[in-house]
Amino acid sequence: MKKLLNTLFVTMPDTYLSLDGENIVIKRDDEIAGRYPLHNLEGVCTFGYAGVSPALMGKCAENNIGLTFMTRNGRFLARVVGEDKGNVVLRKEQYRISDDERRSAIFARNMILGKVYNSKWVVERALRDHALRMDIERMKQVSASLSETMKLIRGVEQLDILRGLEGSAAVQYNSVFDQLILQQKEKFFFHGRNKRPPLDNVNALLSFTYSLLAKDVTAALESVGLDAYVGFLHRDRPGRASLALDMMEELRSVYADRMVLYLINKKVVNDSGFVKKENGAVIMDDDTRKAVLKAWQERKQEKIMHPYLNEKIAWGLVPYAQALLLARHIRGDLDEYPPFFWK
Amino acid sequence: MLVLITYDVSTSSKEGRRRLSRVAKTCLNYGQRVQNSVFECIVDATKFRQLKYELEELIDKQTDSLRFYNLGDNHKSKVEHIGAKEAYDMEAPLIL
Repeated sequence: MKKLLNTLFVTMPDTYLSLDGENIVIKRDDEIAGRYPLHNLEGVCTFGYAGVSPALMGKCAENNIGLTFMTRNGRFLARVVGEDKGNVVLRKEQYRISDDERRSAIFARNMILGKVYNSKWVVERALRDHALRMDIERMKQVSASLSETMKLIRGVEQLDILRGLEGSAAVQYNSVFDQLILQQKEKFFFHGRNKRPPLDNVNALLSFTYSLLAKDVTAALESVGLDAYVGFLHRDRPGRASLALDMMEELRSVYADRMVLYLINKKVVNDSGFVKKENGAVIMDDDTRKAVLKAWQERKQEKIMHPYLNEKIAWGLVPYAQALLLARHIRGDLDEYPPFFWK
Repeated sequence: MLVLITYDVSTSSKEGRRRLSRVAKTCLNYGQRVQNSVFECIVDATKFRQLKYELEELIDKQTDSLRFYNLGDNHKSKVEHIGAKEAYDMEAPLIL
């Protein structure tokens, strides 16, 4: 398994990133704010409007270092992609599958199965650890209905039915998500998902972590030679990384949602770090954003046992491992795509 | 793994001063400068050989010397810093 390298986040405004030898140099007001060897990095992610020299873009593309630009609020702007590498035979097969609704459905259903399974275990884990503080009846009910949904998903061969089942599972899961928030409840609550823009603290955190996860998954898919823009459950739409969104489904709850819960329940973030704009949008201030990024990076270094590979890998490599397994299945080396089942 | 590199390059001649700056530049490509002629590099075995080879080609073995200290993967407990010129940790979250 490959080694998980570090990601550099640049959140300061008015910075310029350039290349010096084999180093990335971050300048601010003609002063060097940082200098890091590129071989220690696997991604560079900027928030706000940091400029980047073409030489550095070229170097990143050549060395497979993901260079991503986001707005201050973590909305994706652009990414630098180099010469298309990887396996064209693999990608063509991916396109054939994507064009075939039935085959797409079979791919998508494993991912959705992973999603529902993982959501269920997030609920079960919360029940095990904090049963006294929750509506046990309701949680048990949701857990049972998610199990039911999983049974139904197994045989589905139509995308529409799959979307319906996915939707109802999401509604079930979202209905108890608020109960998983144990601290700072008056300021952090979940009354349903809203986005573009997020209208409360929890949704702001969710949106931000989802875009971080999307970035990681996209990079992982591309590093194994797949086309992140051609999906199975999510159909083609210009500028949307559909396959990354497909693969994100199984990781959302265990990777992003749990991160958000951790940030709130451990009081890593607090209400004063969120600002409400005139249009109702809630955004994080710079320090809160940094705290989230720090926690995100630390989580990525934690080791877990991958349930299918049976190997200890860093959390941050899970998207890569899944991308690898997906590529193997598309290539025909694996009979089925094994989703990431977390327990 | 963490490798500590120190060097002594003879600067009595013009050639020597040029070698010194090249050695420093090469080290900087792989790691960070923690003191004047001391570098810390986080490298894997392949990168390390590459680095060693590059440096060996640069120096004049009659007058200059290189020393590599291999601190392994668990290097966190082996390094202690006192005083100015605080170094960054390449493996901690990098947020600027």
